Amino acid sequence: MKISKKEVERVAQLARLDMSTDEVEKVTRQLDSILQYVAKLDELDTTGVAVTTHTQEVVNAFRDDEVRDSLPREKALAAGPRHNDATFIVPKVIG
Amino acid sequence: MHSLTIGGARKQLANGEITSTALVESALARIDAVDGRIKAYLSLDRDGALAAAEQADKKKGSGVLHGIPVAVKDVLCTQNMPTTCGSKILEGFIPPYDATVIEKLHDAGAIILGKLAMDEFAMGSTNENCAFQVPENPWKAGYVTGGSSGGSAAAVAADLCFASLGSDTGGSIRQPASLCGVVGLKPTYGRVSRYGLVAFASSLDQVGPLTKDVSDCALIMNVIAGHDGRDSTSIRREVPDFAGALTDGLQGVRIGVPREYFGEGMDPEVEKAVRGGIEMLREAGAQIIDVSLPHTEYCVAVYYLIAPAEASSNLARFDGVRFGYRDMESDSLIDMYRQTRSQGFGDEVKRRILIGTYALSAGYYDAYYKKASQVRTLIKDDFSAAFTECDLVVSPVTPTPAWKIGENADDPLALYLSDILTISANLAGIPGLSVPCGFSSDGLPIGMQMQAAHFNEEILLKAAWNLEQRAGVVDKKPVGLD
Repeated sequence: MKISKKEVERVAQLARLDMSTDEVEKVTRQLDSILQYVAKLDELDTTGVAVTTHTQEVVNAFRDDEVRDSLPREKALAAGPRHNDATFIVPKVIG
Repeated sequence: MHSLTIGGARKQLANGEITSTALVESALARIDAVDGRIKAYLSLDRDGALAAAEQADKKKGSGVLHGIPVAVKDVLCTQNMPTTCGSKILEGFIPPYDATVIEKLHDAGAIILGKLAMDEFAMGSTNENCAFQVPENPWKAGYVTGGSSGGSAAAVAADLCFASLGSDTGGSIRQPASLCGVVGLKPTYGRVSRYGLVAFASSLDQVGPLTKDVSDCALIMNVIAGHDGRDSTSIRREVPDFAGALTDGLQGVRIGVPREYFGEGMDPEVEKAVRGGIEMLREAGAQIIDVSLPHTEYCVAVYYLIAPAEASSNLARFDGVRFGYRDMESDSLIDMYRQTRSQGFGDEVKRRILIGTYALSAGYYDAYYKKASQVRTLIKDDFSAAFTECDLVVSPVTPTPAWKIGENADDPLALYLSDILTISANLAGIPGLSVPCGFSSDGLPIGMQMQAAHFNEEILLKAAWNLEQRAGVVDKKPVGLD
């Protein structure tokens, strides 16, 4: 096994996902078969090979630092599930 | 009227034979008659489209899409229209701004009819992962459209709009285009702005057109391509007139056939149709040569680490705070996050978030994400080497034609493997196009994929146009829809 149920539970916790025991069982099997498959990459010696994070030769994209209009507050808040016209409202963070 | 190409509609609009209002009405009537069977649209803006058509008829504009009704994948932000990404977590979300490509469509005079079905967050190869409805292939009821831009491909194939936009992270424009018998182009990474495209895997995502023919594809590219200051990965580079690339004859063009793309699992009818298409390209004057892309067999493994890793990071923003669904029962913040995400995301999205989180987590980063990013370099180098010998490479888009809805639904890995021929273009950042080249014995479309070096969309369009002129399939339409 490449991944255990315990590891799946830990990763789910990191990703802020709740899963039932049945789901953990099923997902562990599926993730294991995917990880078995991707282990194929170990066939290749990549010592000294650079990573590709961007496929084009690009440098930093700078722009002039000019004051511009931004999204008006009421528009930014409009899609929020709870707000008080000034900020988003969330459940209490510190008890 | 609904079966016109954009090219045809523009001519008839210009000489006054038709009006934009008539075009919109014909598309809406077609949707009413046929979309119950196809299920391509997640939302429609009837009143907005009719009002825009009335305006377009009153005021003649110079935009190349003036008065033409199109539709877009529901992954692109549209001001005042719902944008769900095919997910419950964004049900009812109305973005406060338009994606750059939507602005560009409007600036060119296009009318947006509505938003098209997709796999949730563009994760899928069949559209079965859409939280709201599963669109069906216009050529055969009960068959998949492909994905993730399945609604975009089906809507064009069934004449429910005159063209559409999709997005392509591992084949999501080209594969459904192939399975539904339309033209689809994934441009070079950075050619088209991603601003307002809901992000899946930011180093791979690209927006592109799905159209009824190659000439329409070039027209839409002329509208949407170009640098955008709001997308720092878009490239400052002059945009050519793509429509000018469509000239007859392929003399002097070298076309590579990668031997690794005709491997095990290839449906013989697909291979036959594509080999037939290659002969037509030869007859058009192209020189056909064998090439090798030796790391092809590693593409799926690289993709299914990099794409989920980027997705797990991108999808962290769906936390119930600023937009979309929130679980209102939870009384602590962490519980609210967990409940919102667990109820809002579907199985495939959760699976990919978990793979990605795992691949990026402490202790596994080097073994998975870094390793995959190194092999990505080898895959990119394969293409650079091949493009010293040829101007484009051609292959099938998918190993098989469309399959029945429900097949493979429980085996994610089997479905991932069907993406083998399209993933490499995203990993290498190069442009890829799908153009119809034939049909299977039971009447399902088969497409040919063409890939070229960065920013060489013109050679793809030219080769595809030459194939289209000779293949004799562009005018074929699915029958029995209404």
